[in-house]
Amino acid sequence: MKKVAFVMVLLVGLLLALAVRDFPAWADRNSPASQSPVSSYYVSNTGADTQVPNLVTAVLADYRGFDTMLETVVVFIAGLAVWAVLQGGRTVRSRNRGDQVQFEPDLIVTNTVRLIVPVIQIFALYVLAHGHVSPGGGFQGGVAMGASFILVALGWSLREALYRFPLERCFAVAGIGILIYAGIGLLCIFCGGEFLDYAHLSSVLPVSPQMARYHAMLGVEIGVGFTVSAIMFALYACLSTGGRMKGGL
Amino acid sequence: MIGMFEEGSIFTQLFVERLNYFIYVVLLMIGLWAMIAKNNLIKKLIGMSVFQTAIILFYVSIAVKEGATIPIYLPEHDPHGSHQPVGAEGSLEIADQSLPMQPPAPSAYTNPLPHVLMLTAIVVGVATLGLALSLCLRIYRAYGTIEEDELLAKLEEVDARTGSSMRSGRRRRAFAKKPKEGRAR
Amino acid sequence: MGLESLNTLILLLLVVVALVSLRLRDLVVSCVVFAIYSFLMCLLWAEMGAVDVAFTEATVGAGVSTVVLIATVFNLRRKAKD
Repeated sequence: MKKVAFVMVLLVGLLLALAVRDFPAWADRNSPASQSPVSSYYVSNTGADTQVPNLVTAVLADYRGFDTMLETVVVFIAGLAVWAVLQGGRTVRSRNRGDQVQFEPDLIVTNTVRLIVPVIQIFALYVLAHGHVSPGGGFQGGVAMGASFILVALGWSLREALYRFPLERCFAVAGIGILIYAGIGLLCIFCGGEFLDYAHLSSVLPVSPQMARYHAMLGVEIGVGFTVSAIMFALYACLSTGGRMKGGL
Repeated sequence: MIGMFEEGSIFTQLFVERLNYFIYVVLLMIGLWAMIAKNNLIKKLIGMSVFQTAIILFYVSIAVKEGATIPIYLPEHDPHGSHQPVGAEGSLEIADQSLPMQPPAPSAYTNPLPHVLMLTAIVVGVATLGLALSLCLRIYRAYGTIEEDELLAKLEEVDARTGSSMRSGRRRRAFAKKPKEGRAR
Repeated sequence: MGLESLNTLILLLLVVVALVSLRLRDLVVSCVVFAIYSFLMCLLWAEMGAVDVAFTEATVGAGVSTVVLIATVFNLRRKAKD
């Protein structure tokens, strides 16, 4: 079996390596990907269209808004699926976890976590809000926010973290994130545009259509951040306890 | 040996000019091999992640342009940045309107489109990794192992005991009873 | 030239780290080595100009996915057969 697998993998690799020789040269300005009219349009016109300096955020939240919305839905569904998969079946027999030690929350660890968690959360909000002008955005800020809750769970115990952010509230927050995203899209329809066509929001916001797109992107990123942070914490909470939501690491 | 480093030889084409693309092929092979041949399910998942990052490496590599900077506007193209040349103090507002900004040339910035596609792919990747890990936990709960060969042996055992593996109703009942009987023997 | 040699170094290290991560018997160590792989990838993307992707990889790939992997391994058997 292993021999067959090795031969097959080698064959696939050989074919791909042959194809690599026909690729355009490294960092070629005239390669098809660099010459594509779509990305050239993004590079040239993002500033005039949306006033956003970070091209990646503009493409992510505005030009390809549908894509990002459905990716957020995928993350939400994956979180729900992890919870559902681990709920089924009978309860596990008490395993002898030989490599696990019983411990009290350590003084140094808990105090460090106490100091560092607010800083992480402020940084997460900064990353989320500054996604327009610097690297960052909803996904990164949301994951950093979720990581701060995971840190609480690691420093004290999962019970402590779940007391502050129960699992039901996790999924509710994740759903609210998607509703914020879709709600902004629907608002665009009510303002006379198409779904996720933020320029039409200028009829409710006291700004120009370009700046309306700028601000709507922030709203969309906040929605993404809600969903991602809640689901990342839910993933950890479900997987570290095997769905029992008791004990934990 | 000297011929190997000549312009246009296969060696230069693969290992010097297109090393990124070559390493993407190697990482893809490693990931694929781990997914097929490794015995442990967690190792298979790590292989899956290696495969995924290989694809991402390929996408980010085609976005690179020579002489281009990162896809965030420099001050002279930034709609909110101060794009005035130094020394025009005091006349900022007037100059702002009289001098419309030039749209940047596409060759000045790295291609942002592959970055966007891969950014969402990474986040969805961790969500699918979590789902796969939860399935591993369920498998461990049902069979007590995550090694592929032991798993196959246990499945054979269940099939032998219930007669045929085609009748799924009986099979499911056998699954539910399985660990207790295993311990009794 | 400096960036190119850094690129070459990271690419070669990536292959080594991926192979080491798949060879180790202890799954926790394997996951930690996989975190090193993710950080190398993050460095590579920052070097190629994909700053947003690098940021995402640093938070998601090296951060959360490692935590989730290790959290799962503690609920499973820690030793792997291969």
